[in-house]
Amino acid sequence: MTEVSAAGQGVERQYATHLAQGRFMIQQCAACARHVFPPRELCPHCDEDQLAWVAPSGQGTVYSTTTVARKAEAGGDYNVALIDLAEGVRLMTCVAGMDPATVCIGMAVRTQVGEGKDGPRVVCVAIAGSQG
Amino acid sequence: MNYRHLRGKTAIVGVGHAGLGEAPGYNDMELLTRAAHAAVKDAGLRMQDIDGIATSSVSASMWLMSVVETLGVRPTYIDGTCLGGSSFMSYILAAAHALESGQCNAVLVCYGSAQRTSALGRGVITNARKVLDPQPYEAPYEPMNPPSSYALAARRHMHEFGTRREHLAEVAVAARAWARLNPEAYSRDPLTIEDVLAARRVSDPLTVRDCCLVTDGGGAFVMTRADRAAALKQKPAYILGSATAVWNRQISCMDDLTVTAARQSGALAFDMAGCKPADMDVVQLYDAFTINTILFLEDLGFCAKGEGGAFVSGGAIAPGGRLAVNTNGGGLSCVHPGMYGVFLVIEAVRQLRGQAGARQVADAHLALAHGNGGTLSSQSTVILGTADTL
Repeated sequence: MTEVSAAGQGVERQYATHLAQGRFMIQQCAACARHVFPPRELCPHCDEDQLAWVAPSGQGTVYSTTTVARKAEAGGDYNVALIDLAEGVRLMTCVAGMDPATVCIGMAVRTQVGEGKDGPRVVCVAIAGSQG
Repeated sequence: MNYRHLRGKTAIVGVGHAGLGEAPGYNDMELLTRAAHAAVKDAGLRMQDIDGIATSSVSASMWLMSVVETLGVRPTYIDGTCLGGSSFMSYILAAAHALESGQCNAVLVCYGSAQRTSALGRGVITNARKVLDPQPYEAPYEPMNPPSSYALAARRHMHEFGTRREHLAEVAVAARAWARLNPEAYSRDPLTIEDVLAARRVSDPLTVRDCCLVTDGGGAFVMTRADRAAALKQKPAYILGSATAVWNRQISCMDDLTVTAARQSGALAFDMAGCKPADMDVVQLYDAFTINTILFLEDLGFCAKGEGGAFVSGGAIAPGGRLAVNTNGGGLSCVHPGMYGVFLVIEAVRQLRGQAGARQVADAHLALAHGNGGTLSSQSTVILGTADTL
């Protein structure tokens, strides 16, 4: 096979490898300096293929949130939220460790790597004292 | 860029549907075939006259070939693009180009789904799609899609503009009031704002009454050039303007959850048609969820951004209101077999023909139909008019 990229594998696999090792990583473009998430092969802002993995600050704000109704025997209601990270990218995640109905837009959160049903995933916890 | 030269050059000349609501014992293709036959017959044509086919399925990636095989046609024009629910409206501009260039003479747009009564459970289909069309950056959080994505948009709209839970309910109540005038609608029981608020929670702030129906149904329409349309059986519904816009797939990749690509598709369609929102006599908006109607009224220019909640208040889009919206009862109360777009076009055409019975909007000359697909991902706008709008 001819070489596709210096990394030798696609960004989805690279992202998953970082996550499996307990690291939540996003990308930053060496050409335009903007951050990128979800991971991509090309920068969607400037079209260059110079995206490098960087560890985000982990600081974020809830952009929107929903409580998904689920029967108690299946685990009960749970949160799904969109978080805007300080680096200017958005991700879907779950605000954990609190009543899902009390998660609100504007709330300050930080990311951490948690264990999901099918493997590691990024979850968020509220930063103490944040009321959105 | 504009396509003004295509304004009024083609028309919808036949519409048909089959198995609306529940059609136990039928499969997707059988419902599509019955609807296609009804549409071709309505146009006063034969299936042998069809030389263009546009269709798609949310499950079968090579669906178009099966449709061609089943109908026994030999098309010179084919479009199998799948943009979710708006697909069937996205076909219209491309078909207008193909008809005008002479590539084909009669395009059949057709769809069928037996999702409600299918022996194959919806859970099986949902799980298969997760494997074949993965979204690895959303799936770990188990959004109950599509409702959760629309719930996130609704919540953000409420936060930014003070849109209230009751405003969302108004949309469902108005759709039901229209459905009660439509004997073909699936849900015709009375519905109040209180009923919507008290209904089973799905994904906050949406309850089950904020979510579209899950029905069976097939729908189809036929397009030809305007010169030929005038000689056919039915009063033509001319294509005055149309455009499609896609900005993202996943809700997490949508820049602003309160602004959809309908802003782009609507502006292009109105530009092509040479008219404005206030000119529309009847409006069909893809109401998979109650927030959709509010977003599309804003993004298409019927009201300012953020004012959709107030716009729909007090029965304003119900029968007798200021704007006739979703006159068949919409996806919320009439029919919603997986992808609903084709039914928006059918209802717009019937209103322009004056064939809508008790729900007929008086003196309807201009109609807008707007489709949505995915999770607010694809948007497609069509403006139709009677002969006196040419």
